[in-house]
Amino acid sequence: MSALGLREFHPFEASGQHFLYMVPSAGVFHVDTPSWNVLKTLDGQPMSPEELTEALADRHPANEVADAIQELLGIHAIGDVHLPPTKSLPVIPPQDFPLTTMVLNVTNKCNLACTYCYEYGEDKIVDTDFGEKPKFMSEETARESVDFMFKEAGTNRVANLTFFGGETLLNFKVLKKTLVYARERAVILGKEVQFSLTTNATLLRPEVIEWLVDNKVGVTISIDGPKESQDEFRVFKNGMGSYDVVQPKIKELLKRHNNPPVGARVTLTKQNLDVMKIFRHLTDDMGFWSVGFAPVTTANGRDYAIEGDGYNDMLAQFEELAEEFKEAALENRHHGFSNLNETLEEIHKGMSKAFPCGAGLGLVGVATDGDVALCHRFAGSDEHKIGSVQSGVDREKQSRFLETHHIAHKTDCHTCWARPLCAGGCYHEAHTRYGTTTQPNLHYCDWVRSWTDTCLQVYGEIATHNPDFLKQYDRVASIPA
Amino acid sequence: MKHIKAINQKAVRIEEYGRSEPGTGTAGGPDGDDVVALETRDSGPHIPLGCSLVFAPGWEVDSSGGTAGLCAPVERDLFDCHNGCFWPVQVPDHLNHAADWTSTCATAQQDWRKIDLIFP
Repeated sequence: MSALGLREFHPFEASGQHFLYMVPSAGVFHVDTPSWNVLKTLDGQPMSPEELTEALADRHPANEVADAIQELLGIHAIGDVHLPPTKSLPVIPPQDFPLTTMVLNVTNKCNLACTYCYEYGEDKIVDTDFGEKPKFMSEETARESVDFMFKEAGTNRVANLTFFGGETLLNFKVLKKTLVYARERAVILGKEVQFSLTTNATLLRPEVIEWLVDNKVGVTISIDGPKESQDEFRVFKNGMGSYDVVQPKIKELLKRHNNPPVGARVTLTKQNLDVMKIFRHLTDDMGFWSVGFAPVTTANGRDYAIEGDGYNDMLAQFEELAEEFKEAALENRHHGFSNLNETLEEIHKGMSKAFPCGAGLGLVGVATDGDVALCHRFAGSDEHKIGSVQSGVDREKQSRFLETHHIAHKTDCHTCWARPLCAGGCYHEAHTRYGTTTQPNLHYCDWVRSWTDTCLQVYGEIATHNPDFLKQYDRVASIPA
Repeated sequence: MKHIKAINQKAVRIEEYGRSEPGTGTAGGPDGDDVVALETRDSGPHIPLGCSLVFAPGWEVDSSGGTAGLCAPVERDLFDCHNGCFWPVQVPDHLNHAADWTSTCATAQQDWRKIDLIFP
């Protein structure tokens, strides 16, 4: 072998120790001092094993360096400097890849008029006001969807059915009947269904809460924080804020419903960026089990779009919450920061993604008329339709989608160490921002790398001091939120 | 491993994979695994790398690791490219420019060194 050079990995430190996040395999390794010194010495200056041994002779005996080189070669952290970089091949999953989650858009109507909404706001992609799609999904279409879900789930024993909208609970009648039908079919087919829904909480009447509790329906509440945050954008059609309406209803729900625990989902905007304050309010004051944050999906230049320093501000607060999460994890306490929790699971498993998410593959969104789209955010869009629950998935369209969206084709991502976890980011975000789902979301690359680095550090700390905490992530599959 | 410790599930699998590789105990180590195409392995199925690696269509070994009895043994690869399927990137064009390219090579196994480069 000629000279040795560094291969692709991202080094990070936790508890004063050195770790490597391997790219693109996503393996996480702890490296000791001799190995670390080998890597440091090779950084930017390839050398032969003999030169390396000599360069480190004052610190490490030759046999130690030789062993370290051997082990680093084994995990491909170093290699022949002339070897080409590892490339992801555009291999697409088999056509009978099982469906894990079906998101059913039971209505495209909403009783709120949140200004930033991707479904009704300035950046909407489907005409939800005057379009041809029915406002509500019929019982029949919902039943056909359930049949479609079980068929597409293939050999999977568990299927996840998520009700979505518009405001999901506007079609409570169909929800109830669909759940019963899905349960019946599951028994006949020897399968299990897990139900969940997302709601704005305005319609959480006592009977609805009763139903959610009785049927163990996982609930995610879209809420932006304390009154001033919530009322900024989450308003009724007359402009009135929704906080005073939803707050007592959420409290009632949280009092009764903890199986599975209820989560909050916050949309961050330029105007609503006090992450810490929102988190405190939703966990301590309201009692949510977990809180997930997502920056608003928007085209460039919108009034509420987070820009420049906003991302840094958000990152600093995410890091603060991550620190809290870490402290809690080291003492086996729960902390509700779900962004970190989810990423830790992905790091623990070593997920290396060919696609940023399961859209169009393990997850689909179903529009009110039964059209199947990539995900709930594209439900009803003809451009992003890949079939219908009545006629099944159009395999040719699906293959074409997967072929063109594979990470192997996202050349912008090929030198980024965070690609195993990010894989270019949300298709819908890309479509809104750049007009095409194939484009990686380059506007938040720096943010993603910084945040991923923070998550890796937390992972390293927990792995060092309380590895048992990570056992919770050993489970085979997670239920998508 | 002494110096490196697998932390997450993927790392454990990488380590296990490394252990299953013969030779150094690590995948792709400098001593053993650079050339794997026609090695006979101690255990497990062995899939030789074919023309994607060396542009030699028909590279195969039989169940005992031998090549002579196959339809396109490795010794004949060059001629398969040259006469059989004419793989233009790898061999001179014997139809138009280099009809005599292999005339000095009576037996491929013995005389392959006699085959020279062709300059345009």
